Amino acid sequence: MANHDIHFSVRKGTVHALVGENGAGKSTLMKILYGMQKPDEGTIAINGETVTLGSPADAITRGIGMVHQHFMLADQLTVLENVVLGSEKLHGIGGQARKKIKEISDAYGLGVRPDAMVEDLGVADRQRVEILKVLYRGARTLILDEPTAVLVPQEVDALFDNLRELKAEGLSVIFISHKLGEVLAVADEITVIRRGTTVGTAVPSQTTPRQLAELMVGSALPTPETSDSTVTDRPMIQVDSLRLEGEGGRALLDDISFTIHEGEVLGIAGVEGNGQTELIDALIGLKGADSGTIRLAGDEITTWPTRKRREDGIGYIPEDRHRHGLLLESPLWENRILGHVTEKPNAKGVWLDLKAAQADTKRIVEEYDVRTPGIDVTAASLSGGNQQKLIVGREMSHKPRFLIAAHPTRGVDVGAQAQIWDQIREARREGLAVLLISADLDELIGLSDTLRVIYRGKLVADADPATITPEELGSAMTGAATGHLERDEDAELSAALLLEQAAREDAPAAQDAQDADNAVDAPEDEAR
Amino acid sequence: MKKFDKERVLLALAGPAIALVVAVALTSIVLLISGKSPFEPYSIMFEQATFSDIQVLIVNQATMYYLAAVAVAVGFRMNLFNIGVDGQYRLAAMTTALVGAHVALPSFLQVPMLILVAMLTGAFWAGIAGILKTTRGVSEVVSTIMLNAIATSLIAWLTQAENFGVLSGNNTTTGLMSESGWIPGIELAGGKIYGLIVLAVIVGVAYWLVLGRTRFGFDLRATGASESAAAASGVNAKRMVLTAMLISGALAGIAGLPLLLGHSHTYDLTFPAGLGFTAIGIALLGRNHPVGIVFASLLWAWLDKASQELDYHGYDKEIAVIMQGLIVLAVVISYEAVRVWGLKRQQQRVGEELAAAARKSKNSEEVAAR
Repeated sequence: MANHDIHFSVRKGTVHALVGENGAGKSTLMKILYGMQKPDEGTIAINGETVTLGSPADAITRGIGMVHQHFMLADQLTVLENVVLGSEKLHGIGGQARKKIKEISDAYGLGVRPDAMVEDLGVADRQRVEILKVLYRGARTLILDEPTAVLVPQEVDALFDNLRELKAEGLSVIFISHKLGEVLAVADEITVIRRGTTVGTAVPSQTTPRQLAELMVGSALPTPETSDSTVTDRPMIQVDSLRLEGEGGRALLDDISFTIHEGEVLGIAGVEGNGQTELIDALIGLKGADSGTIRLAGDEITTWPTRKRREDGIGYIPEDRHRHGLLLESPLWENRILGHVTEKPNAKGVWLDLKAAQADTKRIVEEYDVRTPGIDVTAASLSGGNQQKLIVGREMSHKPRFLIAAHPTRGVDVGAQAQIWDQIREARREGLAVLLISADLDELIGLSDTLRVIYRGKLVADADPATITPEELGSAMTGAATGHLERDEDAELSAALLLEQAAREDAPAAQDAQDADNAVDAPEDEAR
Repeated sequence: MKKFDKERVLLALAGPAIALVVAVALTSIVLLISGKSPFEPYSIMFEQATFSDIQVLIVNQATMYYLAAVAVAVGFRMNLFNIGVDGQYRLAAMTTALVGAHVALPSFLQVPMLILVAMLTGAFWAGIAGILKTTRGVSEVVSTIMLNAIATSLIAWLTQAENFGVLSGNNTTTGLMSESGWIPGIELAGGKIYGLIVLAVIVGVAYWLVLGRTRFGFDLRATGASESAAAASGVNAKRMVLTAMLISGALAGIAGLPLLLGHSHTYDLTFPAGLGFTAIGIALLGRNHPVGIVFASLLWAWLDKASQELDYHGYDKEIAVIMQGLIVLAVVISYEAVRVWGLKRQQQRVGEELAAAARKSKNSEEVAAR
């Protein structure tokens, strides 16, 4: 998206955070800084010297390195091979390169083993390899694009320690994130971007998450908290000992049982890749269960095809909207039909009702604030957040009885987040049952009535969202805790602190305050 | 909003236009290299198109191209590459000719029956590839190519004199069809236009209606655009593959009928082969669009028929073949280029419009804030 009037400067040896809505221009700005796109006007200066960055290679020679949100590593190669790939000229590919990698790893406390295979590494380790790759190429300024999106809280803390090491050595870090708490915890300076332009700069010590969020959205801060419980005793979806096998009979899902009642939100917490995708596929009917049953409002739907499930009131906000939620090269109104082609207003008998579908697309665009010049543009030309709003609008328009919401606000700006939460909450009041899967623990805790933890295809723990903290949930997600998660004394203490803080601020924004507070306190709490 | 619509039409036309210009330019270069006039062949061919008998030939040829190309296009719309149109069409024509020679119903039953036989034969032959793909995961590209070869042998065997064939001089035929299955042509000054041109029109309209205006068509297009998104939206991908293959085969089956029922009334060694391969290029050039394919078929038929005259003017008529080849190559490249360019441009424009709107609202916000 277009940028205009962007001003900000990063001082040497600091972590500078960029926060802002998706679609407001963060990605474009990143591309410009990394030489992937040329600015129409304005200048970039490094160490006071104005530079033109024509390509990523230019940026690298100028000491700018980028750690992408999606890692760019070859699984079948070792760390050493991945690091030297493309920079063989720097230190060769043998002993000298290995020595250099060790050196960098030790200097910044990255703990990278040069001979490990990348496929054996966890997400956090891969991220450190990415950082090392950039440092190896001589970067003095690192750009990190949403580096915490894939990490659990403990890993986030470790990453922040690494970042502190980096800045202690005089490097500069540009840190992009949606998560205000994290930003406040790690950044020395924060620049807020709204609608393609910089709207302000903040210093963490003098800013609360609430102020920051308000700067970002330009209005009051949303919280994911649900007000009163609307849980009824009428079961909407009942899953009983569901098992799904992968190739070779390996269990992808094993003995999954849960019930979601009308008006209930069940949150599933877990590190990505522990069976969430398979669970969603089994519920929407993309994969058949190998054993076990699924019931929707009493009807057994285990063998129903996807279309019948959707017609019968299962709404679906997919994990990967590009793969499962949109036809990228089709216009918005065709995307509005997708998934509901047999339902009103899209169809009359076997015929499509193009006029009605188009009119309804206009309504969705307006009601859900999808920022687009019209409904004839392709879905690919919208930003990620706006694509998501369209999907949520489409699914909610068909008044689902059971909603599968996978990362419903991923990549969505704070303003739209509030709106999506409101939509879910409102539908929940009217009896919607929701299965919520999210990597955003605050969202999970704030929206859910019940929490379960998925680990290696099994539901290993459950928790009460009213009392659990993101840290406790985070450790359960790594398999460290099972059963019913009870609060321990440390947690009591930090909850007390929290309450105090919330009272001091006299604000309904406890959730974000908690986020910030925890992120700051966590290193001490976690002193193992 | 109109702006985007206009732009889409413009982009849709830009692809074929660029391809044609490039193909003509390259052909001229070939002519130059071989020491011939780079322009005269075109004027000869244009002149040919003004003669009424050539016009009839072009229209008749285009009718068959059109049916075969729509058959290919149905597959293309859902990312299926039915290379087997050629085998499906020849086998269907042969079967229809056989049935037509041995059954003699009144005309109002005979003609629909023959059309049905052709469609079923084509669908059956394509269905084999469809079933192989859905049950065993065999690529339809490989299986349809092999089925083409099998069809050739099967036809040769069935039309042997000891089986169903009838010898007529040196020619192996299937015997003359009953006259109740003949379809009269439309008499014009330059000759007879196949009566089954009506069938081509009906197929074109039906193709447009079904794909653009029905739930089934939407599912088919969605599957072609993104198989994973279509599956998540409730399309049964396997059934869709099989259905699309059957429809494609049924349409391929009737591609030979205008000639069979309108003129030759028997299937013999001179029955045109290779129609199904030509149709792939035509469907590409016509962008799988019902109207686009009309123009592409006419262009192809014109190149075929008008080029015959070149031999009498010291040029090789194969120039037209070179041009057809170059068009297909240029089309593939220019469509992709135009698509990518168009997508990028649209993204930029959406961005610009939103930024402009944001600037406006930002200014008013600032006034309101302080």
